[in-house]
Amino acid sequence: MSTQLNFEVPTMAEMIAKGEEPEILFWVGCAGSYDERAQKTTRDICKILHHVGLKYAVLGTEESCTGDPAKRAGNEFLFQMQAMTNIEVLNGYNIKKIVTGCPHCFNTIKNEYPGLGGNYEVIHHTQLIQQLIDEGKLKAEGGESFKGKKITYHDPCYLGRGNDVYEAPRKALEALDAQLVEMKRCKTNGLCCGAGGAQMFKEPEKGNKDINIERIEEALETQPQVIAASCPFCMTMLSDGVKMKDQDENVQVLDIAEITARANGL
Amino acid sequence: MVSQILFIAITLAAVALFSYNLKKVIRNIRLGRAVDRSDQPQKRLMTMLKVAFGQTKMFFRPLPAFLHFIVYAGFVIINLEVLEIMIDGIFGTHRIFGGLGIFYDVLIGSFEFLAIGVWIACVIFLIRRNILKLKRFSGVEMTSWPRSDANYILITEILLMTAFLTMNAADAKLQAIGAGHYTTAGSFPVSQFLQSILPDSESGLIAIERGCWWFHIIGIFAFLNYLPYSKHFHIIFAFPNTYFSNLEPKGEFTNMQSVTNEVKAMLDPSFTPPDAEPGRFGAKDVNDLNWVNLMNAYTCTECGRCTSVCPANITGKLLSPRKIMMDTRDRMEEVGRNLDKAAKNKEEANITGFDDGKSLIDTYITREEIWACTSCNACTQACPINIDPLSIITELRRYAVMEESQSPASISTMLGNIENNGAPWKYSPADRFNWAKES
Repeated sequence: MSTQLNFEVPTMAEMIAKGEEPEILFWVGCAGSYDERAQKTTRDICKILHHVGLKYAVLGTEESCTGDPAKRAGNEFLFQMQAMTNIEVLNGYNIKKIVTGCPHCFNTIKNEYPGLGGNYEVIHHTQLIQQLIDEGKLKAEGGESFKGKKITYHDPCYLGRGNDVYEAPRKALEALDAQLVEMKRCKTNGLCCGAGGAQMFKEPEKGNKDINIERIEEALETQPQVIAASCPFCMTMLSDGVKMKDQDENVQVLDIAEITARANGL
Repeated sequence: MVSQILFIAITLAAVALFSYNLKKVIRNIRLGRAVDRSDQPQKRLMTMLKVAFGQTKMFFRPLPAFLHFIVYAGFVIINLEVLEIMIDGIFGTHRIFGGLGIFYDVLIGSFEFLAIGVWIACVIFLIRRNILKLKRFSGVEMTSWPRSDANYILITEILLMTAFLTMNAADAKLQAIGAGHYTTAGSFPVSQFLQSILPDSESGLIAIERGCWWFHIIGIFAFLNYLPYSKHFHIIFAFPNTYFSNLEPKGEFTNMQSVTNEVKAMLDPSFTPPDAEPGRFGAKDVNDLNWVNLMNAYTCTECGRCTSVCPANITGKLLSPRKIMMDTRDRMEEVGRNLDKAAKNKEEANITGFDDGKSLIDTYITREEIWACTSCNACTQACPINIDPLSIITELRRYAVMEESQSPASISTMLGNIENNGAPWKYSPADRFNWAKES
């Protein structure tokens, strides 16, 4: 299974040049664009979109940070500069529907852009995967079998508590016939991975433990084979945690998009 | 007749004192900035009914929820009894509703069961706080006053319930011996067991019955006037607090209109911003917060559910959402006292109450605390009455970053990267699409 793409990812600029419009824009996000681990997830989301034949496009180099980390850090100026610039691009392309690869981008575009003139239907990639499964366009066949495998799902704060999306990622995992085990703190009570609120970009304050270690210990208590994530920042924190606990040989940390792509042999 | 006049005087004094203090509390809340929460009245009403009346968020922890519900139901329902006490007190009657017959018997009987329920629940609460020493009730902010406050409340409730039951026991005994004025009314399923420890003489019983009656009603008035100084204010503020709580998705932070105007003017030179009130970006002190933040602070009952789920606090960081709320209230009350003092000394009208060299940030809440927050919303989710510590933390960060350009060095670097490269890391925008080309 190569992580290489054997197809071209269409950009908005190319599509418009051809006089076409996509059904959905895939908003990749900074982590999905630059972070090596998150890039894999990005490619898998593209593979899924390509596989089901959904007409999609990305902004490519025209995409820029949504401004989320600036806003959480308290720099509203920088956030609104980013937001208005992005909204100009999105509105210029007449974008109606967006799927994001990151709960932070999802939250920001869905909730905070409308007040600044950016109104779109925004879904997170786990919601898209759930919809595709519900519509019968996406199955769990032709690839790696997750049947009976123990998977525990970590709720990202900005998808779960932030926007009440708890079921879509779980439905995507249920389709695999895997054994879904919940951590003690899950759903509304889920524990943060430690990256939110711009923590991703700084050292933690003085304490007696790192948050991702607290979280990974809880995840490992469920004795999972896979820890499922749906956020590139959670991915970093959880993967680091698994490594710190010397469990990276036994436990995989995978995004729901990666799991879905693997199950379909993409 | 003397006792009737005394009763009316005490009642008026208690109500007057409470109104006076409540006015000050409302003045303090109004120090906050305006925020419009008049939208969606139906949804707001439903939220209040569910969260405050129905206590739905309490039941996430079933045992304390059950005990709390007994105390809550006891408080609300036994206060129906206060209506009778008021009428009896003013008109010198005794058990004015006694004529309701069987209905009255059922009512008094159920009050007694509730009273013993409240009594037991409060004893369990005291044990949880003082003997089992539950972790949730400790922390840096749980200094001697907040801990005493909680104990005073519980002990007062126990005393009130004891007086209520003793009063009924004496009353029943007086009814049995046919004492004048004590008409036969009510049923006493719980207090009957107290009868054997009471004296048999009519005068002794009357003294106990009257003593408990006065203790009960004066206790309630004293309790009412204790509220403005106590965390127990939630019994009133829980209702407006849930009604005016944030209805938007928790992940959504407010967009600052003042910033929108400036950014629009920067991006489009032809844009003329509307005349906006000049003000600080973010919050340095309590008057930079909005009135809902400030009402939140008066509403907080310091239960610590927020802090017990805070990832920063769990891992030993200084941040405690409960402390954020307690600090906000302490600072607000300090400013209120400054204003009172200024008014008393007839100082200039321009005394703001904020000129004491202190501020919410730094004097009360440290930078280390605000930067430890992951904005995960565990605290706002956990609060049984929809208090929002996160929005206060965000406002303090906004002040630090936009007014002072002060943030941890790595945060400044991240902000610089977004400004220059459109990404929080130092990568070139030209490389943004490279993920599609190689692996």
